[in-house]
Amino acid sequence: MLDSLPTAAYILASVLFILSLGGLSRQETSRRGNLLGIIGMLIALAATAVRLAAGEAFGTTGYAALAAAVIPGAVVGAVLARRVQMTAMPQLVAILHSFVGAAAVLVGIATFLGPHSEHMTHSEQIVHLTEIFLGVCIGSITFTGSVIAFGKLQGFISGKPLMLPGRHLLNLFMVLATISLGIWFERTSPEQALLPLLIATAITGVLGAHSVMAIGGADMPVVVSMLNSYSGWAAAAAGFMLGNDLLIVTGALVGSSGAILSYIMCRGMNRSFISVIMGGFGTAEGTAPAAGGPQGEVRSIDVAAATNLLRESKDIVIVPGYGLAVAQAQHALAEVVRLVRDRGAQVRFAIHPVAGRLPGHMNVLLAEANIPYDIVLEMDEINHDLPKCDLVLVIGANDIVNPSAQDDPGSPIAGMPVLEVWKAGTVIVMKRGMASGYAGVDNPLFYKANTRLLFGDARKTVDALLTALRA
Amino acid sequence: MRVIIPTEVRPGERRVAATPQTVLRLAKHGLEVSVQAGAGLSLGLPDSAYAEAGATIVEDARTLWAQAGIILKVRPPEQHPALGVHEASLIPEGALLICFVWPAQNRDLLDRLRARRASVLAMDSVPRITRAQKMDALSAMANIAGYRAVIEAANQFPRFFAGTMTAAGKVDPAKVLIIGAGVAGLAAIGAARSLGAIVRAFDPRTATRDQVKSMGADYLELPIKEEAEGAGGYAKEVSSAFLQAEMALFAAQAMEVDIIITTALIPGKPAPKLITAGMVESMKPGSVIVDLAAEQGGNCAMTRPGEVVVHKGVTIVGYTDLPSRMASLSSQLYGTTVVTLLEEVWKDGRITINLDDQVVRGALVAHEGKITWPPPTPAPAPPPEPGVAVKAPKVEQNRVNHQPEPKPASGAVAALWAVLGAAVMLGIGVTAPPTFLGHFTVFVLACFVGWQVVWNVKPALHTPLMSVTNAISGIILIGGMLQLAHARLDAPTILGAVAVLIATINIAGGFLVTQRMLAMFHR
Repeated sequence: MLDSLPTAAYILASVLFILSLGGLSRQETSRRGNLLGIIGMLIALAATAVRLAAGEAFGTTGYAALAAAVIPGAVVGAVLARRVQMTAMPQLVAILHSFVGAAAVLVGIATFLGPHSEHMTHSEQIVHLTEIFLGVCIGSITFTGSVIAFGKLQGFISGKPLMLPGRHLLNLFMVLATISLGIWFERTSPEQALLPLLIATAITGVLGAHSVMAIGGADMPVVVSMLNSYSGWAAAAAGFMLGNDLLIVTGALVGSSGAILSYIMCRGMNRSFISVIMGGFGTAEGTAPAAGGPQGEVRSIDVAAATNLLRESKDIVIVPGYGLAVAQAQHALAEVVRLVRDRGAQVRFAIHPVAGRLPGHMNVLLAEANIPYDIVLEMDEINHDLPKCDLVLVIGANDIVNPSAQDDPGSPIAGMPVLEVWKAGTVIVMKRGMASGYAGVDNPLFYKANTRLLFGDARKTVDALLTALRA
Repeated sequence: MRVIIPTEVRPGERRVAATPQTVLRLAKHGLEVSVQAGAGLSLGLPDSAYAEAGATIVEDARTLWAQAGIILKVRPPEQHPALGVHEASLIPEGALLICFVWPAQNRDLLDRLRARRASVLAMDSVPRITRAQKMDALSAMANIAGYRAVIEAANQFPRFFAGTMTAAGKVDPAKVLIIGAGVAGLAAIGAARSLGAIVRAFDPRTATRDQVKSMGADYLELPIKEEAEGAGGYAKEVSSAFLQAEMALFAAQAMEVDIIITTALIPGKPAPKLITAGMVESMKPGSVIVDLAAEQGGNCAMTRPGEVVVHKGVTIVGYTDLPSRMASLSSQLYGTTVVTLLEEVWKDGRITINLDDQVVRGALVAHEGKITWPPPTPAPAPPPEPGVAVKAPKVEQNRVNHQPEPKPASGAVAALWAVLGAAVMLGIGVTAPPTFLGHFTVFVLACFVGWQVVWNVKPALHTPLMSVTNAISGIILIGGMLQLAHARLDAPTILGAVAVLIATINIAGGFLVTQRMLAMFHR
């Protein structure tokens, strides 16, 4: 009985994980989805613990060791989850990815070192070693890549892409070296095979770090999604090496989820996945922005005039970007929205797919600030309404509202879907200065006749608006 | 200048060309208004209502007409039954008459008006251009007629329009076919829809498709393509092949629907016969046909203008006075359009007919002893072909343009992927051991399940999605736990324990932060 019970429990856990992801399709069912995931995880853990107890040598010491590992981990995780700022979600997600990667490396090496079944045929032996090797390598890439991503998001490491000369060749060399090591690993005797495995772990670790180093800050949504995907594949590889279907199913779910998110993010920037992971922006195409860029007069506006516009407008759309998260202005903004809505105006938020540093990041920030999710709309939902609205407030966003994505075929962001804010009555853009966005493209929006620039730190400006509105 | 409002003499005509409101508006322009005694009785308005608005009440028709500088009427002038003379002969020389004229059908009336040297603005000839919309009496009347047609149909129809589930059983909704999606047709669609019927509509002008759909009806398509929009947005005559297809469609629909409302008119022509006697007989007993074209001869072969007839259980309503049956509303709307048109020619206290004004020139059918109809150049409306009725059969052959462009490149890529996929599967099938294949099956299926499930996730929930997937990828914990099975303090056990530790951080952190995030989302 004790042999079949864990398997049945694993099937149940797999189903619960699938339902958990399914529950996330709507806000209404999302909490239940998360709960189902937790139940699935508890079932899987309990079943594994039961299975361990069936082994003759496990006993009390085994459980003590298990508890010694699980309890601190759970405490650390809970504290992290409680303490983290919502603006710091990208960092948290990145560092959690690195843990999965590290765990995959450790499990892979431990499996290799641990006792082997003596009854393997030669081909089974080869397949088993390949699984270990793949699991360790993917885990290693995930680990170092996520650590670097964490560093970039947290600000330890510069957000600028690191462009080593010949970096593509370097990456290629590392991939080829890893493949050679893999062949060595499988051909050599088990006693000597640890060496190529460890060397390969180190090389793939460098590969992961180097490839993320070459990717710039605003491409982080893609990178984090990609690492999410890798962490899934690492878990799936571990499942193969241990012959555990639950790990395979879960890994595949996570892997495809990350892959879809990466795809959606790339589509949001109109860039191919390859061009993003190759790193750098616009370098591959070699197109220089149109000489001089759009020129014209910039019209600025002060807080008092902006307040008047907010008071007079009936239909207002707010476009938040990463700058909002950096300035931590979401709570003050929510208060502004509440005041304006109380006056009877319609206020909606327009979220571009790649706004922020994590897919859906803006939605979480706005939810944290108590903004009802039914006034937070996606780009496709609101773009056709923009010509009808009186006022658009752009806060800390630049490239996602750049009309040259549609007008200028030579622009590096040509073809990227953008929020067509310039079609609205008036556009107020909150900016610190005249610097261009991440893509380094000048934004003709700033020179349009219906655009007003409100200079200053987003947090201070929103606070000033709030004070003026209350007056 | 005196404006007169005579009582309409046509039996059954209840509309009046002015209401107390429009009398007030006329007075603002310095015009004196005389209303024939009893003119407003059909609207339930006593003479005093007009008198309060500033109008003089005149008992005698001859006296009234003799004062007229401007005459506002609804119906074209006709034989006056009480006086025994034609109304046209009552018009003082050189006066301005504004009313419906239907110049194409009333040639002899034009001659009479010309003889009186009257200036005549025909409400039915106001060009259909944007500026003239507020003078468009035809549309205003058609709107009312369309609504009323549905009400008349409901009056004759022995069932509910809406489908209902009652304790005594289920009642199917009525099915209504509207032929012609002009103003009247669209109004009929709206009225029938709001009564709860299933409504479908047909109009040979394909431009009406979106209008029909916007009113909530299905647009019936013909298998043959032909554009039937003529000048000024009205329908024109169509080719015989098109007509055949159309008739086949109506024959099929007649057997299915409960109510047919026809509104098909071609300007200056008798109404096209669209519903044959055979089609009427094929309808279910109790069905109703309302023929809005009855006055122009009717779209249905069985229609008798002005009457309701029952033919083999099917009721055919041929009322020609639908707007008049809602006289208050129609008088109010008609009166407003009339005054608006009058304002176009009433400048600085006198009548100024500007022949360069497109609206005035279009509506002017007689002026200074000359018949000025039809106007020299037809209304420059969007359609390219001039003329009111065009009958050149022209089947459009633009299907060639609509063929999708072949995409050889994507096909080749897809084929390449298919071949690659097949090769990979072949390689795995030949070399891999059976234990691996079992796991591989699970893996591939799980990828597909994940793919399907995750596409349904809202973009707003992508961050929670990442943190949940993060948490469940902590399932790698199980791999670490299995290394603890030997309970010996060796390298695998230590590595396993560390893996368990960090994977637990992941699980706890991931799930809890997701819970925290999701709790924030609220409506």
